[in-house]
Amino acid sequence: MNITRLDKARDLKFKRQVEEESGQNLSACYQCGKCTAGCPGAQFYDRQVSQIMRAVQMGLKEEALKNRSLWLCLSCSTCSARCPNNIDVAAVMETLRMMARREGWVQDRPIESFWKAFLDTVHATGRSYELGVMADYMGRTLRGWGNLEIAPMALMKNKMPFIPSVIHGREEVARIFKRYAEKRS
Amino acid sequence: MKYAYYPGCSGHGTSVEYEVSTRAVCNALNMDLVEIEDWNCCGSTPAHSVSHELSGALAARNLMQAAKTGADCVISPCPSCSSNLKMARYRMQKPEFKAEVDELLDAPTPANAEGGADLLETYSVLQAIVENVGIENVASRVTYPLEGLKVVTYYGCLLSRPAHVAKFDDPENPVSLDNIMKALGAEVLPFSLKTECCGAAMGIPDVNIPGSLSGRILDTAKAVGAEAVVTACPLCHMNLDLRQRQAARISKKSFFGLPVFYYTQLLALAFGLPEKTMRLDKLAVNPYPLLDKVAARRKARVAAELDAMKAAGAAS
Repeated sequence: MNITRLDKARDLKFKRQVEEESGQNLSACYQCGKCTAGCPGAQFYDRQVSQIMRAVQMGLKEEALKNRSLWLCLSCSTCSARCPNNIDVAAVMETLRMMARREGWVQDRPIESFWKAFLDTVHATGRSYELGVMADYMGRTLRGWGNLEIAPMALMKNKMPFIPSVIHGREEVARIFKRYAEKRS
Repeated sequence: MKYAYYPGCSGHGTSVEYEVSTRAVCNALNMDLVEIEDWNCCGSTPAHSVSHELSGALAARNLMQAAKTGADCVISPCPSCSSNLKMARYRMQKPEFKAEVDELLDAPTPANAEGGADLLETYSVLQAIVENVGIENVASRVTYPLEGLKVVTYYGCLLSRPAHVAKFDDPENPVSLDNIMKALGAEVLPFSLKTECCGAAMGIPDVNIPGSLSGRILDTAKAVGAEAVVTACPLCHMNLDLRQRQAARISKKSFFGLPVFYYTQLLALAFGLPEKTMRLDKLAVNPYPLLDKVAARRKARVAAELDAMKAAGAAS
């Protein structure tokens, strides 16, 4: 069992920051557990949504931010739809993921790499391009072989064109990414 | 009515049959689609998972391009695209967020009286059909009813959620697709997993996630007696159709063999539109044996009706 000394570990500034960035009132959560009960990702999580909500309430920053669940969240918003106190729980999860990234606490490299591969493709061509995203992801992580199982059918049905669709305004889109990178640094 | 049309990236690849059938059905329903010129990717889940400003800027460029069409609103067949475009507009009603997004764009978004962004609203094509065209008009266009084809409707997460942004149908028990399918003469079975997530794009990093989630959806569909699944989302369709064998293996079930249709393919079919507007050949799970059954049921029904008419004629 993990013992946490609340007098030492508690960071109430963290709770306020989460509330501010997500626009949600975390004090409204009374730990009914409906978010966890309905979460389709729960079976894959290392910390349940309701536990993460509680960690935020208690100001336990590491407990709230250092978990794979934030990356495994499918953004389906079932938790938000079922919260009896109208907390947009999915928005809190998204806020926490962004905060964890800022702290350098990315807990699931493959998922993060997939998102990066996807956005790199959009950066380069202005659109996403399935085969390009797959190749980029597999090259980056040397993972994703499970997807080769569906490749023959996808290719046979000509569902994954080899030539990406590149838009005229791709420089304009690239500038969005450039400004975003500059602003962040 | 004129619509600025946002096809979404998968329309060029994995969901080409959705794209083709959507255009054909909209045309049949007198919806005037003007494709947004030089649209870019909305950023999908990867963008909003990384940054709301980045996601907002990618969407805002599209919405500004959309305004050039002169249409009153944007429609997209893809729930993820329409959700992102909607969300960007929703968030940019706040002047502070608008300013953050504007910093990423070549030119700032136009402002409304309250200082928020003045951008077009986006709807799913499904919402436009249900609310603007209307179920009665859909029903009146049907020439080849689906003869009681037993279907379950699978909406996925984003058509009706998050409810405060989607503002469409019920977030957990939507009925719009059900009503369309009933209008086409299908039998819609009660289905508890209508909006339960299929695993989305998590299959790329980990096939087990959509494998087990979609496996459960397909297994339940089969258990309630469905002959086919009807979807409105390219990503859901990929997980349920293209990954169906994988889903069966991962969820330790035997192959489901359940055809998964885009609702627009069934609309095109019931409207009697040419086969090339449905691209049924693109489906991974072979739908033809089932469609042959539907045709056989139609033939039997028509024959029975003729017999009844003859009998009535003989009696009088």
